[in-house]
Amino acid sequence: MNQFLRKGALLAAMAGAGVLFAAPLLFMVLSSFKPEAAIFSGLAHWSSYVPSADWSFDHYRAIFDKSDLPGFLLNSTIVSACIVVGGILLNSMLAFALCRMRWRGRQAVLAFVVGLMIVPLEVIAIPLLSLVARLPWPGFENGTLVMHTGWFNSLHVQIIPFLANAFCVFLFYQFFKDIPPELDEAAKMDGAGPWTLFFRIILPNSGPVIATAAIVLFIAAWNQYLWPIMVVQGEMARPVQPGIQQFFGRSESWGQIMAYATVVTLPVLAVFLAFQRQFVASVAGAGIKG
Amino acid sequence: MSTLTMTEAGAALPAPPPQRGRKAGLDQDSLFAVAAFAGPALLLFAAFIVLPLLLALGATFTNHRLMSPEPTQFVGLENYRRLLSVDVVTVDALRGNAGAALRDEDGLRFPTWRQVRLAHPELAGYREAFHLRVGERRLVLAATDPQFYRSLINTFLFALLVLPLQCGSALGMALLVNQKIRGRIFFRTVYFAPVVTSMVVASIVWSIMLNTDRGLVNEVLRALSGDPNTGPDWLGDSLFALPAIAVMSAWQGMGFQMLVFLAGLQSIPHEQYEAAILMGANAWQRFVHVTLPGLRNTIVFVLVSTALLAFGLFTQVDVMTGGGPLDSTTTVVYHSVRTGFREQDIGYGSTIALVFFGLVLALSTLQRLVAAKGAAKGAAK
Repeated sequence: MNQFLRKGALLAAMAGAGVLFAAPLLFMVLSSFKPEAAIFSGLAHWSSYVPSADWSFDHYRAIFDKSDLPGFLLNSTIVSACIVVGGILLNSMLAFALCRMRWRGRQAVLAFVVGLMIVPLEVIAIPLLSLVARLPWPGFENGTLVMHTGWFNSLHVQIIPFLANAFCVFLFYQFFKDIPPELDEAAKMDGAGPWTLFFRIILPNSGPVIATAAIVLFIAAWNQYLWPIMVVQGEMARPVQPGIQQFFGRSESWGQIMAYATVVTLPVLAVFLAFQRQFVASVAGAGIKG
Repeated sequence: MSTLTMTEAGAALPAPPPQRGRKAGLDQDSLFAVAAFAGPALLLFAAFIVLPLLLALGATFTNHRLMSPEPTQFVGLENYRRLLSVDVVTVDALRGNAGAALRDEDGLRFPTWRQVRLAHPELAGYREAFHLRVGERRLVLAATDPQFYRSLINTFLFALLVLPLQCGSALGMALLVNQKIRGRIFFRTVYFAPVVTSMVVASIVWSIMLNTDRGLVNEVLRALSGDPNTGPDWLGDSLFALPAIAVMSAWQGMGFQMLVFLAGLQSIPHEQYEAAILMGANAWQRFVHVTLPGLRNTIVFVLVSTALLAFGLFTQVDVMTGGGPLDSTTTVVYHSVRTGFREQDIGYGSTIALVFFGLVLALSTLQRLVAAKGAAKGAAK
């Protein structure tokens, strides 16, 4: 009986905290379906939390028809995809060189990469801004190659600075360290070079860490805010987070704002739910090792 | 002398392994292969982290502006002087003819800052950052950039509010979802969901929930208290804005610390609990004598990483309050972006960013020292 009570109390505590935690996101999703006038009426009453006849997809239709959301979604998708694919490749290769290849200065480079993890974007954002303002980028005009100066208002300015990621290198390094060296030795005996070793043996055995890196990189890329508000002023290359911030500033319809927020949040939430287990493991690992 | 030392050091080193035909390949990889694997990422690190750090350091000694027709000039320590100059002045309350301090409905009357500055010529260029009343006097902290000192205080205040809230609740929830009970995976997911929600979206949703007249939070407060007029202007009142942002930030980030604590809890050997039970320890004693010591390093990591995030406070402020009301939510990073980017003053913005980096470095060093001390203690046992 005592055990039963204890379980009941624990469950009640978990559910109570669950309600507090879910409330803002539930409020966001529910409001996106409600007519404008109903969003704020009777919030203290349970009936405002169950679907009723006046719920609709009107707000969603409105933001897809009238705002630039589709273009922003496309921009964020391209930026995130490039960062995930490129980031996994470059960071795992550096981790492989640090973990499995033998060269002088390896330890120093490893210490350097670990040290980079504590440099926050907020510290380097402003000098990085003046740096990318001066970088060249090739373009074609009338069939001839011309060099433009400045990376502003582009997709690549949102991608290239974030491909190399020290935390990601660290994740791969930790994982590669635990792959038994006998695997490499056997391959080397058969005459395999580092390329074969990496792409045929190490990477195919690294599924879990690739998933973890993909999630970490994707969420960071999709949720970028500080950097794009600094370097992307025009609408052509704008990603979703500055997009919703702008929409929040000028839209009168709170239902549409909530629909916008829901659309922007869904992809990350979906990725998180799909790869939950790897995610939990990676966060836990980062905490223990860090 | 130096040659002798070198020879001695050389002699102490182990002899290099003899190279034996094809096996040499196993000992050292070709420089080309190493460069191909490590080069791209290292180049990007150099270009987009190391170079900007060096540029930031260099920019602090210049008046460099983005898109300026005038050439950048070396200004020495001028940016640091402008950022850090402070002075404290004592200001007496205004007195009437009889010599008694003048009062109005707000209390003692003090001269305006303009009047104070006229009386103190050395304060040209200074503005008031804070004041503190001592008897019939005011201690005024004046600075050339009073917003910087306000932002520094706000940043520390925010960290002080958010640290116990976020880390304490995270530990509590980790203890909850660590229980062998049905539904814990489900609740773990619910608690973690805000972490993957972007800070921009979280800030927008909370701004609407915190709306004074119609927001969810005040609706609930009114329903609970029965008073239809209750409910503060959360984001429009300089007393409530920072705490409101702290609560919202704790909600958004807590799930991460919860997972880290959970991993820490699961790494404590079960035998320790069994031994404690055999010795007759109750649940609280087990928590204090087994759980907390077992979580020592985890707690240090969680506190430091949460503090680092708190020091970087920017997005919530930018979306929810824009630094206001009355600079009550301006933070160091917000101030840096405002001057460096919005006012395009790269030199000054970089100077503020480097001060922020100093904070980050100090905290990381502190964590290392604490961790090293813990390791030494463990070794001594």
